[in-house]
Amino acid sequence: MNNFTSQDVDLIVIGGGPAGLAAAISAKKNGAQNLIIIERNNWLGGILPQCIHDGFGLEIFHEPLTGPEYAQRYIDELKKLNIPYMLNSMALEITPDKKVFVASPEDLFCFQAKAIILAMGCRERTRGQIYIPGTRPAGVYTAGVAQNLINLKNMMVGKDVVILGSGDIGMIMARRLTLEGAKVHAIVEILSHTNGLPRNIQQCLIDYEIPLLLSHTVTEIQGINRVESIIISQVNEKLTSIKGKERKIKCDTLLLSIGLIPENDLSKTCGVKLSPVTRGAIVDENLETSVQGVFACGNVLHVHDVVDFVSLEAERAGKSASECILKEQRKEKRIHIEVGDGLSYVLPQYISRDTDLELSIRVLNPREDASIGFFDKDALLKAEKFRKVHPAQMIKIKLKKSETKNINTLRVEVLQK
Amino acid sequence: MSDKSDVLVIGAGVVGCAITRELAKFNLKTVLLEKENDVCGGVSKGNSGVLHTGLYYPKGSLKGKLCVEGRLMFPKLAKQLNVPYKLCGKHVIARTDEELKDLEGLKAVGEANGAKGLTIISGKELNKREPKVDALSALYSPVAGIMLPYLFTIALAENALSNGVKIHVETKVLNIEQVNSGYKVTTTQGVFYTDIIVNSAGLYADRISAMLGLDKYKLYPCRGEYLILDKNCGELINSMIYPVPPKIAGVLGVHLTPTIEGNVLIGPSAEFINMREDPRTTKEKIKQLMSGAKELLPSIPLNEIIYGFSAIRSKITPPEEKGSRDFIIREDIENFINLIGIESPGLTSSPAIAKMVVQMIKKRKDIKEKIDFDPTRRRTTPFRESSRSQQASLIKGDPTYGEMVCRCEHVSKREVIDALNNPFSARTISAVKYRTGAGMGRCHGGFCLPKIIEILTEEYGMLPKEIYLNNQKSPLFIGTTKELREKQKSE
Repeated sequence: MNNFTSQDVDLIVIGGGPAGLAAAISAKKNGAQNLIIIERNNWLGGILPQCIHDGFGLEIFHEPLTGPEYAQRYIDELKKLNIPYMLNSMALEITPDKKVFVASPEDLFCFQAKAIILAMGCRERTRGQIYIPGTRPAGVYTAGVAQNLINLKNMMVGKDVVILGSGDIGMIMARRLTLEGAKVHAIVEILSHTNGLPRNIQQCLIDYEIPLLLSHTVTEIQGINRVESIIISQVNEKLTSIKGKERKIKCDTLLLSIGLIPENDLSKTCGVKLSPVTRGAIVDENLETSVQGVFACGNVLHVHDVVDFVSLEAERAGKSASECILKEQRKEKRIHIEVGDGLSYVLPQYISRDTDLELSIRVLNPREDASIGFFDKDALLKAEKFRKVHPAQMIKIKLKKSETKNINTLRVEVLQK
Repeated sequence: MSDKSDVLVIGAGVVGCAITRELAKFNLKTVLLEKENDVCGGVSKGNSGVLHTGLYYPKGSLKGKLCVEGRLMFPKLAKQLNVPYKLCGKHVIARTDEELKDLEGLKAVGEANGAKGLTIISGKELNKREPKVDALSALYSPVAGIMLPYLFTIALAENALSNGVKIHVETKVLNIEQVNSGYKVTTTQGVFYTDIIVNSAGLYADRISAMLGLDKYKLYPCRGEYLILDKNCGELINSMIYPVPPKIAGVLGVHLTPTIEGNVLIGPSAEFINMREDPRTTKEKIKQLMSGAKELLPSIPLNEIIYGFSAIRSKITPPEEKGSRDFIIREDIENFINLIGIESPGLTSSPAIAKMVVQMIKKRKDIKEKIDFDPTRRRTTPFRESSRSQQASLIKGDPTYGEMVCRCEHVSKREVIDALNNPFSARTISAVKYRTGAGMGRCHGGFCLPKIIEILTEEYGMLPKEIYLNNQKSPLFIGTTKELREKQKSE
């Protein structure tokens, strides 16, 4: 006899961060009734409460909000709509027939769902994943963990800091640590260009005179108990360190801002197929994964640079999930979107009906005056011009139903001049 | 300072803890001293976690004898101590004609040592068992196994402790003198008197020995580095995959070991180093491990590496000498038992070494087995090892079981609190990691670290400054955010 608590729901949203909140709200507004959000932390909003800087909400609310303010707008709406949620609760497993096992202090639950929205977000890459040699002392933190500890717990991780990786979190933490009285000796970036938004380069680094060392990396961590110093080195075009170009920086802390990985361990338990490029689920324009009735949105699907886009994407997932529950016919065809020259990915990967589309696109390299073209075989359907494209900035392009009507294939690529 | 003990053991690695636990069976006053703040601080936690079968050690050697004996004792001991292990078997693979001959040699040595069930199988048969591994032939050892060396060491210590032994951590031996009827041991925590000393100080055993004038031993620290693959690579191999040992430095060569937790270990390297406290990983060895792993298993996904670590072997064999000298276990001075150069297969041998040392003590002391010795150790049931129904019962009995602290390994708050309540008062991040597995997964503490810190501050009232990674020299924080700014203002 099973002694866990079984419960039927129409929709279960896994994760109460920006994606989960927006998805649940949208699902309810589109007719889903019996739904619940599962959140493993004891707060809603995911990573947002620790993002106390502003700049959120420009796209949706047309004003700069802090992370907690942005989250609160969605939490207020969630409460207004009486959408139930469970805190301190972690989904352990999803079965292919859409049973979700959830551990909570109250009980072990088994939710039988008609639809599931995956909104678990992402995790940070760690030191081990880029094989930084050296000792293993205290004082090596990923930037997001340091941000949590400083902003939510008021615990100061160090006073002499080097940051590896020029992603947005790294730059924001450089400013944050400086404001808290720490000395940030450098941001070290292995690529020849930064990996974050241009506004953060200005507002977080240039304004605070924090040195940015491009084409450099950390080659060794030193210090038995606590970080005492690190060795950095210039790298060549192959991104390997150049002999004789090493230098030691004395510091007590190394922050790593070296990328985010969609957290799909749970998705795998029900057999969702993942893309090796985005490391998130392969989806169609409804954001439905390879498992019927399972949808994905936000950073668990692909890593976003702006939270507004997470919320907008999640709204689409919520709408699709509610249509799935209400049994609306959604699939007519299956066209694979081919990723052409100059791009790292295009999302969704598939189109399943004639409808207006919104594509998320990332380029491989920074470029000025670039055009992105859409082809059916050799026929150019549409081209869109950009003054600047950058891998750190996701590109959103809309395709009208009329533009893709009657196509048999679709390829997206950066047009050669 | 303390009352005089009958036996004083120096060093709480796996060997010291196994000896101490064996001594706890007898009517003896036993004391174990450890310089670190927790047991299992050295190489006992940084190894392959393998139960060896005795393929590599000459007949008649202590290594061969104790390895086979220890392996046979292990299943019962693991059951008593409530620690997991798995006899997953091992394949030593041959990829050249020369290596084919070596397999025969290894088989003969193993059989001479009493290892059972050794067979040489064809490359085709190997391919059936290990589809991702290609070789001409392989030596199969069915009873080779894997275990969690740190959990085993901790369990030995805890079981000894609950049977009346005294364990002093953060107690470094500074000097030893012979006095009228025994020894006077001066430590950083005062003076201990004892009749008998067992020196199981591992990497520092030569120095402890030299405190009594026995400076004939020289240890050669030899660093071994490892890489760990994500758990989602657990299906790559079903057994341990070893190369034929290279004919240098008495090491077994870079091998692939599945772990109890489902990861795959790559390693170890072998590098003689000058300093004993130099637990680095190096670019060169990381590369070497990667290429070694590729040779054994060409399709190994190296992008799934989640962490690297190293530990230092205490070798008694000088670097220039090929091969490997035997363990030294002897009563060099009356009532002073030296254990020197206990490297691989020290983990497997540890239960047998413990029996051997107790036999030596029996010659000096009239000892009797206690009737109330309890060989079993209670262990907090790990949430992740329970069925869904059992998990529901655990949560119903204790809501903290329903609160996940570690997302990768599904470790609950209950397990973390029980780990922090360890008898050695080791309230560090590492103490939790080695007892529960929290922080060993793919996010490497990204999720659980803030949660463990919360438990330390909320349940134990610790200040940020008092939170350490390993020991008091490894603080995680310099204080609170305000403290640093206030300090700068006043300056």
